[in-house]
Amino acid sequence: MSIRTPLARSRGLGSARSGTHHWWLQRITAVALIPLAVWFVVGLVVIGGADHATAIAWVGHPVGAVLLVLAVAFGFWHGQLGLQVVIEDYVHGEGCRIALLIVMKGAALVLALAAILSVLRVALGGAV
Amino acid sequence: MAADERPLSPHLQVYRPQLTSVLSILHRATGMALAAGMLLLVWWLVAAAAGPEAFAAVQWFNGSILGRLLLLGFTWALCYHLCNGVRHLFWDAGYGFEIPDAYRSGWGAVVASSGLTLLVWIVGYAVRGG
Repeated sequence: MSIRTPLARSRGLGSARSGTHHWWLQRITAVALIPLAVWFVVGLVVIGGADHATAIAWVGHPVGAVLLVLAVAFGFWHGQLGLQVVIEDYVHGEGCRIALLIVMKGAALVLALAAILSVLRVALGGAV
Repeated sequence: MAADERPLSPHLQVYRPQLTSVLSILHRATGMALAAGMLLLVWWLVAAAAGPEAFAAVQWFNGSILGRLLLLGFTWALCYHLCNGVRHLFWDAGYGFEIPDAYRSGWGAVVASSGLTLLVWIVGYAVRGG
Protein backbone atom coordinates (compact mmCIF):
# COMPACT_ATOMS: atom_id res chain seq x y z
CA MET A 1 0.00 0.00 0.00
CA SER A 2 1.29 3.41 -0.90
CA ILE A 3 1.00 6.35 1.48
CA ARG A 4 0.77 8.67 -1.54
CA THR A 5 -2.69 9.90 -2.45
CA PRO A 6 -4.32 8.65 -5.65
CA LEU A 7 -4.22 12.24 -6.97
CA ALA A 8 -0.45 12.52 -6.39
CA ARG A 9 0.07 9.17 -8.13
CA SER A 10 -2.01 10.06 -11.15
CA ARG A 11 -0.30 13.44 -11.50
CA GLY A 12 3.08 11.68 -11.44
CA LEU A 13 4.91 14.87 -10.50
CA GLY A 14 6.90 13.53 -7.54
CA SER A 15 8.50 15.54 -4.75
CA ALA A 16 10.10 18.06 -7.08
CA ARG A 17 6.66 18.93 -8.55
CA SER A 18 8.01 18.62 -12.07
CA GLY A 19 7.96 14.88 -12.70
CA THR A 20 10.19 13.76 -15.56
CA HIS A 21 9.96 17.09 -17.40
CA HIS A 22 13.65 18.02 -16.98
CA TRP A 23 14.86 14.52 -17.86
CA TRP A 24 12.58 14.33 -20.89
CA LEU A 25 13.64 17.75 -22.28
CA GLN A 26 17.27 16.72 -21.89
CA ARG A 27 16.59 13.64 -24.05
CA ILE A 28 14.56 15.53 -26.67
CA THR A 29 17.29 18.14 -27.08
CA ALA A 30 19.94 15.39 -27.12
CA VAL A 31 18.24 13.55 -29.98
CA ALA A 32 17.79 16.81 -31.92
CA LEU A 33 21.47 17.63 -31.41
CA ILE A 34 22.74 14.37 -32.94
CA PRO A 35 22.08 15.34 -36.60
CA LEU A 36 22.64 19.06 -35.89
CA ALA A 37 26.08 18.45 -34.33
CA VAL A 38 27.17 16.18 -37.18
CA TRP A 39 26.01 18.74 -39.77
CA PHE A 40 27.76 21.55 -37.86
CA VAL A 41 31.11 19.75 -37.57
CA VAL A 42 31.05 18.70 -41.24
CA GLY A 43 30.29 22.30 -42.21
CA LEU A 44 33.15 23.70 -40.11
CA VAL A 45 35.56 21.11 -41.50
CA VAL A 46 34.67 22.12 -45.05
CA ILE A 47 35.00 25.89 -44.47
CA GLY A 48 37.61 25.64 -41.68
CA GLY A 49 40.03 28.55 -41.60
CA ALA A 50 37.92 30.33 -44.21
CA ASP A 51 37.97 34.05 -44.91
CA HIS A 52 35.08 36.27 -43.88
CA ALA A 53 33.22 36.08 -47.22
CA THR A 54 33.18 32.26 -47.22
CA ALA A 55 32.09 32.15 -43.59
CA ILE A 56 29.15 34.53 -44.00
CA ALA A 57 28.07 32.67 -47.15
CA TRP A 58 27.93 29.48 -45.02
CA VAL A 59 26.32 31.13 -41.97
CA GLY A 60 23.79 33.04 -44.07
CA HIS A 61 22.79 30.19 -46.40
CA PRO A 62 18.96 29.93 -46.44
CA VAL A 63 18.97 26.35 -45.17
CA GLY A 64 22.21 26.57 -43.19
CA ALA A 65 21.04 29.59 -41.20
CA VAL A 66 17.95 27.72 -40.03
CA LEU A 67 20.01 24.69 -39.00
CA LEU A 68 22.58 26.94 -37.30
CA VAL A 69 19.89 28.75 -35.27
CA LEU A 70 18.45 25.35 -34.29
CA ALA A 71 21.90 24.03 -33.34
CA VAL A 72 22.62 27.09 -31.17
CA ALA A 73 19.17 27.00 -29.55
CA PHE A 74 19.19 23.26 -28.83
CA GLY A 75 22.87 23.41 -27.83
CA PHE A 76 22.28 26.07 -25.19
CA TRP A 77 19.00 24.51 -24.07
CA HIS A 78 20.67 21.11 -23.60
CA GLY A 79 23.75 22.71 -22.06
CA GLN A 80 21.90 24.71 -19.42
CA LEU A 81 19.85 21.65 -18.45
CA GLY A 82 23.10 19.71 -17.94
CA LEU A 83 24.89 22.51 -16.07
CA GLN A 84 21.81 22.84 -13.83
CA VAL A 85 22.22 19.22 -12.72
CA VAL A 86 25.96 19.73 -12.14
CA ILE A 87 25.30 22.80 -9.96
CA GLU A 88 22.52 21.04 -8.06
CA ASP A 89 24.82 18.05 -7.43
CA TYR A 90 27.93 19.88 -6.23
CA VAL A 91 26.85 23.25 -4.77
CA HIS A 92 25.31 22.58 -1.40
CA GLY A 93 24.75 26.04 0.09
CA GLU A 94 21.20 26.98 -0.86
CA GLY A 95 21.82 30.68 -1.48
CA CYS A 96 24.95 30.02 -3.46
CA ARG A 97 23.22 27.32 -5.50
CA ILE A 98 20.25 29.51 -6.39
CA ALA A 99 22.51 32.44 -7.28
CA LEU A 100 24.71 30.24 -9.49
CA LEU A 101 21.67 28.73 -11.23
CA ILE A 102 20.27 32.18 -12.00
CA VAL A 103 23.62 33.47 -13.29
CA MET A 104 24.21 30.32 -15.40
CA LYS A 105 20.72 30.34 -16.93
CA GLY A 106 20.91 34.08 -17.55
CA ALA A 107 24.29 33.75 -19.22
CA ALA A 108 23.03 30.90 -21.40
CA LEU A 109 20.06 33.03 -22.49
CA VAL A 110 22.21 36.09 -23.28
CA LEU A 111 24.82 34.07 -25.19
CA ALA A 112 22.18 32.14 -27.14
CA LEU A 113 20.47 35.41 -28.09
CA ALA A 114 23.78 36.95 -29.17
CA ALA A 115 24.60 33.93 -31.34
CA ILE A 116 21.14 33.66 -32.90
CA LEU A 117 20.88 37.41 -33.63
CA SER A 118 24.33 37.23 -35.27
CA VAL A 119 23.18 34.40 -37.54
CA LEU A 120 20.01 36.34 -38.42
CA ARG A 121 22.00 39.50 -39.10
CA VAL A 122 24.28 37.62 -41.50
CA ALA A 123 21.36 35.76 -43.09
CA LEU A 124 19.37 38.95 -43.62
CA GLY A 125 22.31 40.71 -45.20
CA GLY A 126 23.33 42.97 -42.32
CA ALA A 127 26.99 41.87 -42.35
CA VAL A 128 29.32 42.57 -45.25
CA MET B 1 26.81 18.83 15.41
CA ALA B 2 26.60 21.15 12.44
CA ALA B 3 25.71 19.43 9.19
CA ASP B 4 29.06 20.19 7.54
CA GLU B 5 31.04 18.61 10.45
CA ARG B 6 29.44 15.19 10.23
CA PRO B 7 31.80 12.37 9.26
CA LEU B 8 31.56 11.27 5.64
CA SER B 9 31.17 7.66 4.62
CA PRO B 10 33.91 6.27 2.33
CA HIS B 11 33.50 7.94 -1.01
CA LEU B 12 34.94 7.72 -4.52
CA GLN B 13 38.59 7.51 -3.39
CA VAL B 14 38.17 4.01 -1.94
CA TYR B 15 37.14 2.57 -5.30
CA ARG B 16 39.54 1.46 -8.02
CA PRO B 17 38.58 3.42 -11.15
CA GLN B 18 36.63 1.26 -13.61
CA LEU B 19 35.94 1.89 -17.28
CA THR B 20 32.26 2.42 -16.55
CA SER B 21 32.78 4.96 -13.75
CA VAL B 22 35.55 6.81 -15.61
CA LEU B 23 33.41 7.10 -18.76
CA SER B 24 30.47 8.25 -16.64
CA ILE B 25 32.35 11.18 -15.13
CA LEU B 26 33.95 11.90 -18.53
CA HIS B 27 30.46 12.37 -19.94
CA ARG B 28 29.82 15.10 -17.39
CA ALA B 29 33.30 16.61 -17.84
CA THR B 30 32.97 16.75 -21.63
CA GLY B 31 29.50 18.26 -21.24
CA MET B 32 30.92 21.05 -19.09
CA ALA B 33 33.82 21.55 -21.49
CA LEU B 34 31.39 21.81 -24.41
CA ALA B 35 29.34 24.40 -22.50
CA ALA B 36 32.55 26.44 -22.19
CA GLY B 37 33.26 25.78 -25.87
CA MET B 38 29.97 27.45 -26.74
CA LEU B 39 31.71 30.73 -25.80
CA LEU B 40 34.06 30.24 -28.74
CA LEU B 41 31.12 29.51 -31.07
CA VAL B 42 29.32 32.66 -29.89
CA TRP B 43 32.50 34.71 -30.40
CA TRP B 44 32.89 33.24 -33.91
CA LEU B 45 29.28 34.01 -34.91
CA VAL B 46 29.21 37.51 -33.38
CA ALA B 47 32.53 38.28 -35.10
CA ALA B 48 31.19 37.01 -38.43
CA ALA B 49 28.22 39.36 -38.05
CA ALA B 50 30.41 42.26 -36.89
CA GLY B 51 32.63 42.28 -39.96
CA PRO B 52 35.94 41.15 -41.53
CA GLU B 53 38.24 42.69 -38.88
CA ALA B 54 36.52 41.10 -35.88
CA PHE B 55 36.31 37.85 -37.83
CA ALA B 56 40.02 37.94 -38.65
CA ALA B 57 40.75 38.25 -34.91
CA VAL B 58 38.76 35.13 -33.98
CA GLN B 59 40.25 33.20 -36.91
CA TRP B 60 43.73 34.26 -35.81
CA PHE B 61 42.97 32.86 -32.34
CA ASN B 62 41.56 29.62 -33.78
CA GLY B 63 44.67 29.19 -35.93
CA SER B 64 47.10 29.77 -33.04
CA ILE B 65 48.67 26.86 -31.16
CA LEU B 66 46.38 27.44 -28.16
CA GLY B 67 43.36 27.80 -30.44
CA ARG B 68 44.13 24.58 -32.30
CA LEU B 69 44.68 22.66 -29.07
CA LEU B 70 41.35 23.96 -27.73
CA LEU B 71 39.55 23.06 -30.97
CA LEU B 72 41.12 19.59 -30.93
CA GLY B 73 39.93 19.15 -27.34
CA PHE B 74 36.43 20.41 -28.19
CA THR B 75 36.30 18.07 -31.20
CA TRP B 76 37.04 15.04 -29.05
CA ALA B 77 34.71 16.27 -26.27
CA LEU B 78 31.88 16.66 -28.78
CA CYS B 79 32.52 13.27 -30.42
CA TYR B 80 32.74 11.52 -27.06
CA HIS B 81 29.69 13.27 -25.57
CA LEU B 82 27.76 12.39 -28.74
CA CYS B 83 28.82 8.70 -28.83
CA ASN B 84 28.38 8.21 -25.10
CA GLY B 85 25.11 10.15 -25.27
CA VAL B 86 23.79 7.61 -27.78
CA ARG B 87 24.92 4.92 -25.32
CA HIS B 88 22.84 6.67 -22.65
CA LEU B 89 19.81 6.80 -24.97
CA PHE B 90 20.04 3.02 -25.44
CA TRP B 91 20.14 2.61 -21.64
CA ASP B 92 17.10 4.91 -21.40
CA ALA B 93 15.30 2.59 -23.80
CA GLY B 94 16.24 -0.38 -21.58
CA TYR B 95 19.06 -1.95 -23.61
CA GLY B 96 22.69 -2.75 -22.78
CA PHE B 97 22.61 -3.02 -18.99
CA GLU B 98 24.46 -6.36 -18.74
CA ILE B 99 28.02 -5.73 -17.52
CA PRO B 100 29.76 -7.21 -20.62
CA ASP B 101 27.47 -5.08 -22.81
CA ALA B 102 28.23 -1.95 -20.76
CA TYR B 103 31.97 -2.57 -21.22
CA ARG B 104 31.62 -3.27 -24.94
CA SER B 105 29.58 -0.12 -25.55
CA GLY B 106 32.00 1.82 -23.34
CA TRP B 107 35.04 0.82 -25.36
CA GLY B 108 32.95 1.43 -28.46
CA ALA B 109 32.36 5.04 -27.38
CA VAL B 110 36.09 5.55 -26.68
CA VAL B 111 37.22 4.08 -30.00
CA ALA B 112 34.47 5.74 -32.07
CA SER B 113 35.00 9.19 -30.57
CA SER B 114 38.77 9.01 -31.01
CA GLY B 115 38.41 7.72 -34.57
CA LEU B 116 35.90 10.45 -35.46
CA THR B 117 38.18 13.12 -33.98
CA LEU B 118 41.10 11.84 -36.05
CA LEU B 119 38.90 11.72 -39.17
CA VAL B 120 37.64 15.29 -38.65
CA TRP B 121 41.17 16.66 -38.29
CA ILE B 122 42.67 14.67 -41.16
CA VAL B 123 39.88 15.78 -43.51
CA GLY B 124 40.07 19.31 -42.11
CA TYR B 125 43.78 19.60 -42.86
CA ALA B 126 43.33 17.92 -46.25
CA VAL B 127 40.61 20.42 -47.23
CA ARG B 128 42.72 23.39 -46.18
CA GLY B 129 45.91 21.97 -47.58
CA GLY B 130 47.89 22.20 -44.33
